[in-house]
Amino acid sequence: MANLSVKFCGVEFTNPTVLASGVVGVTAASWKSVVQNGAGAPTTKSVRLNEHKGHPNPTIITTEHFLMNAVGLPDAGLSKAKEEIDEYLKDKKAPLIVSIAGGKADDYVAIAEEMAKLPIDILEVNISCPNVENEFGRPFACVASDAKTVIKNVKKVAGDKPVVAKLSPNVTDIKEVANACAEGGADGFCAINTLGPGLAINLETRMPILANKVGGISGPAIKPLAVKLVHDVYKTTGLPIIGTGGVTTGEDALEIMMAGATLVGIGSAVYYRGIDVFRKVANEINEWCDKNSVENLSDIIGTVKM
Amino acid sequence: MQNKTQLPKVVKITKIIDENPVVKTFYFDISIDSRPGQFVMLWLPGVDEKPISIALDDGKQLALTLCSRGKTTRQIAKMKVGDRLGIRGPYGTVFNFQEGEHLALVGGGYGAAPLYFLAHEALKKNCKIEFIEGARSEEHLVYIDRLKELPNTTLHIATDDGSVGFKGYNTELLKKVASENKIDRIMTCGPELMMQKVGEIGDSKNINTQISVERYMKCGFGVCGQCVLDPLGIRSCVSGPVMNSKVLKMLDEFGKYHRDDLGRKQYFLNPQKDACEPGCGNSAQSECG
Repeated sequence: MANLSVKFCGVEFTNPTVLASGVVGVTAASWKSVVQNGAGAPTTKSVRLNEHKGHPNPTIITTEHFLMNAVGLPDAGLSKAKEEIDEYLKDKKAPLIVSIAGGKADDYVAIAEEMAKLPIDILEVNISCPNVENEFGRPFACVASDAKTVIKNVKKVAGDKPVVAKLSPNVTDIKEVANACAEGGADGFCAINTLGPGLAINLETRMPILANKVGGISGPAIKPLAVKLVHDVYKTTGLPIIGTGGVTTGEDALEIMMAGATLVGIGSAVYYRGIDVFRKVANEINEWCDKNSVENLSDIIGTVKM
Repeated sequence: MQNKTQLPKVVKITKIIDENPVVKTFYFDISIDSRPGQFVMLWLPGVDEKPISIALDDGKQLALTLCSRGKTTRQIAKMKVGDRLGIRGPYGTVFNFQEGEHLALVGGGYGAAPLYFLAHEALKKNCKIEFIEGARSEEHLVYIDRLKELPNTTLHIATDDGSVGFKGYNTELLKKVASENKIDRIMTCGPELMMQKVGEIGDSKNINTQISVERYMKCGFGVCGQCVLDPLGIRSCVSGPVMNSKVLKMLDEFGKYHRDDLGRKQYFLNPQKDACEPGCGNSAQSECG
């Protein structure tokens, strides 16, 4: 039995699997459920300052190789989020990563200020959602100087909470954005958000299937990209990373950890393997470690021989 | 689910039946190999997509019974034979029964539609059926003609205003039926507070009771998290819609509140009616809130 625990930004996790933001994490009951199903921690759906409607359905489509979504970051706003967080903290069984998102740069600061007062563990700053472009113009994570400004301002009010920047794969050079975030004071990264957006067309109606027409691509198809970009960010910043993107099996998790991830985000795999995917992945990691005489999982982080 | 590619299949409406002033049944010449209790996601291209209980899937035809109560269902209600809708699924759990059992099916409003599918399938397994349907008044009853044609089925009708059948709630009829017969299982679909009462009756008589729970949902396959139930955190699209009354007893929110599209709690208002418009109650058709 290998030691699967990892330390990320000073926070202890019993195993590296964390629920990625945007999948099932609407309520405290849901966060608790993924912990019961073996997750090292849940990440909340992105908390917004005020009530925000998402897109109409269809919001998620599924194929053998990828999921594509345009849910549109719906949220009831800060007060409901605090209610759910309180509920989770009542009998906290694992750390809580709170994802925050804003339509404008000031929103992030206002939310972070409130979150800093709560005993949550990590703030994940979602500067990279590709589904809300009308409001965002370009996501902050696509312009290095914008990304730096948001992270710097959040960091000022975040107190002792580690601040993690969620990066977009939809950039020419992710290293540039990651370095800018690091200069802004980021303590770590979550890489990557969904790819795209992409487009899927129904042939009979000649119409896009998603109501928003386009959506972010996730799932097995994007894993090689995630592994590469995690490695880029790891090499250039040396900061800890939540490696996210198409991780479905224990071997996928080990691969992204070798590329440089400390924690492993799991989202779309909930569709492919069920809500207990966290336990399955952790068990598969453990089996591999045992077979390969790895006693401490954290020893494999960033060990890819390039 | 074997095939992980689940995109909507666009099909033509082949028949439409007006069930009552606000409820219609749409037929399609397809089979999706579904079982009673399951639902599909029904796509109106360019507008929205909603979970709808399956009212029949006999290998040749698929039927969906809809109540027009929201923007999307009102638009669908205006559609004609030959118009096209997208269907993906089936999703969710099924009503369970065994060969030769005596079943009591309790439908409220157009919740009777998926129970018609259940009766249709249970009769193939030599079950005996007590079909108990309740509605506000005679004109709100659905499927009565088709139910009367079923063999080995006794139809019991309750209306709030007494315009036909027993004057009062169908749950009163269930009590009577369950004390006069040896019922093996109770299955119900309809307004939540009615189903909660059905669960209490079933539990008090120690009868296996299966309830079709309706919650707002987006994806239908367990990813969006909108239909997660408090406090267990189970997803009603995957662990439901059909759940045992014993499980529902552990779900504090059942009979108290449901969550809207932003995840906010919306409390049920009236006894025997939920927060939706009166007469609705089709499991998984989530346009309330």
